[in-house]
Amino acid sequence: MIELVNISKTYNDGNGSLEAVKNISLKINKGEIFGIIGLSGAGKSTLIRCINRLEEPTEGKIFIDGVDITSLGKKELRSARKNIGMIFQHFNLFSQKTVYENIAFPLQLEKLSKREIDIRVNELLEYVDLKDKKNSYPSQLSGGQKQRVAVARAIANNPKILLSDEGTSALDPKTTKSILELLRRIRDELNITIVMITHQMEVVKEICDRVAIMENGQIVEINTVENLFKHPKTNTAKSFINSLQGNVEEEIIDSKNYKGKIIRLSFLGENAKKPIVSKVIKNFNIDVNILSGNINKLHSTNIGNLTLELIGSDDEINKAILFLKNENVHVEVI
Amino acid sequence: MMKELVIPALLETIYMVSVSTVFSILLGFPLGVLLVITEKGGILEKPMFNRILGGIINVLRSIPFIILMIIVFPISKLLVGKTIGTTATIVPLSIAAAPFVARVMEGSLKETSKGVIESSLSMGATVPQIVFKVLLPESLPSIVSGITLTIINLIGYSAMAGAIGGGGLGNLAIRFGLYSRKTDLMIVSILLIILLVEGIQFLGNKISKSINKK
Repeated sequence: MIELVNISKTYNDGNGSLEAVKNISLKINKGEIFGIIGLSGAGKSTLIRCINRLEEPTEGKIFIDGVDITSLGKKELRSARKNIGMIFQHFNLFSQKTVYENIAFPLQLEKLSKREIDIRVNELLEYVDLKDKKNSYPSQLSGGQKQRVAVARAIANNPKILLSDEGTSALDPKTTKSILELLRRIRDELNITIVMITHQMEVVKEICDRVAIMENGQIVEINTVENLFKHPKTNTAKSFINSLQGNVEEEIIDSKNYKGKIIRLSFLGENAKKPIVSKVIKNFNIDVNILSGNINKLHSTNIGNLTLELIGSDDEINKAILFLKNENVHVEVI
Repeated sequence: MMKELVIPALLETIYMVSVSTVFSILLGFPLGVLLVITEKGGILEKPMFNRILGGIINVLRSIPFIILMIIVFPISKLLVGKTIGTTATIVPLSIAAAPFVARVMEGSLKETSKGVIESSLSMGATVPQIVFKVLLPESLPSIVSGITLTIINLIGYSAMAGAIGGGGLGNLAIRFGLYSRKTDLMIVSILLIILLVEGIQFLGNKISKSINKK
């Protein structure tokens, strides 16, 4: 488990100071895929670098499995880092080393024997499906292949945690998907906790269990991905959800422009497949006007959102809303 | 008679240049590494030390070679027992080229991206491991180019050393060509120096290119 307690990071340069991370506390569970989403400049990159102290937090403590990382000396920090793999947006592979040598690097640091290294590297090459690229140099690989090498290198020493600093941001959507699948496989099969920062809601939707939304160095919302899609609390969260391809802008609906009552429904999983709207129309004396709707496929479930205008007597409308609530649909009156 | 003069002079130049290349790298390379790792944001940040070292290197580089040669006479005397002659010239050549090598190495080592260093740190690498297993191999093609540049500089310096009694092609050109008006000898010496420079540059480019996997 990773626990951040009151983490702050302030940069001081000649022209003044910049508070990149402001007093963040956070708990990440073992085996979880935890996303931190924010726009560029939100401080998410600084925050994730505090976890392995590539950035020294100005204030606060970080506990990993109960050990205070921030109090470790240089030598202890180095061995702690071997338990925390990291991948980067631009892969950061060694350009003058082959794929094999890149993956062998962290094992050489451990002073393993040539034979042990050879066995482990081949195992990893197989795991990330790059056996045929063993002797290639990074410049000969595609972006997705480079990130696979980086992932193999990051998990070579069997870490407990994998940090991903915009690990899919430089990749096209299809490659992004395959890297995310690889990360999920790593979590499922190797039980590695994954912390990933991203600015892409697609990534969060695809793979994360929980997500923190960062803005101006602070976490403004933290939620399970399901609940976030069901009822986002902050405007930042809403705009991230709206940024997803195929999602209709929901915010533009202003109840003043409609004579009926505007409600927003969100339903989960199996409910998303039931003909709820047609039941409402049949059972109650009201008219229903569909204003917008979408369904988001999360890795765990489906979440549907529907914005409706209900026209009829107040009494009938209230009955209809009660009916919807009894059907386990989340109803929000706008 | 030309052959008897030119061949030994050529060999002397090659001897001076190659030995002083080795010594200047031995002196300059560690300085270059220190410059890179102690700079602001480096893996062993020591800004004050970095400034002092940089200052010393700049001072050494500012001294004209011909003056430096005379300043280091006592050191040459101490190390090789003589102040003039081919072997004695190696001392000022190495000392003159070392700060140059330091700056060239600094430039080459800095080419390694911050991201690559960061990822090495995230794997728990120590400072020496980063220097020898990351910075050095990653910048090797550029280092080879830097060494090529150093050798060519040293050929130039060694020719100058001829003026105060060092051996080699420069000495031949000055002694026979300039003072004794044997123009043919001077031309041959200069042509050989040009050939040497061209050859080294060609070879250096070839090696640098062939080992670069970027």
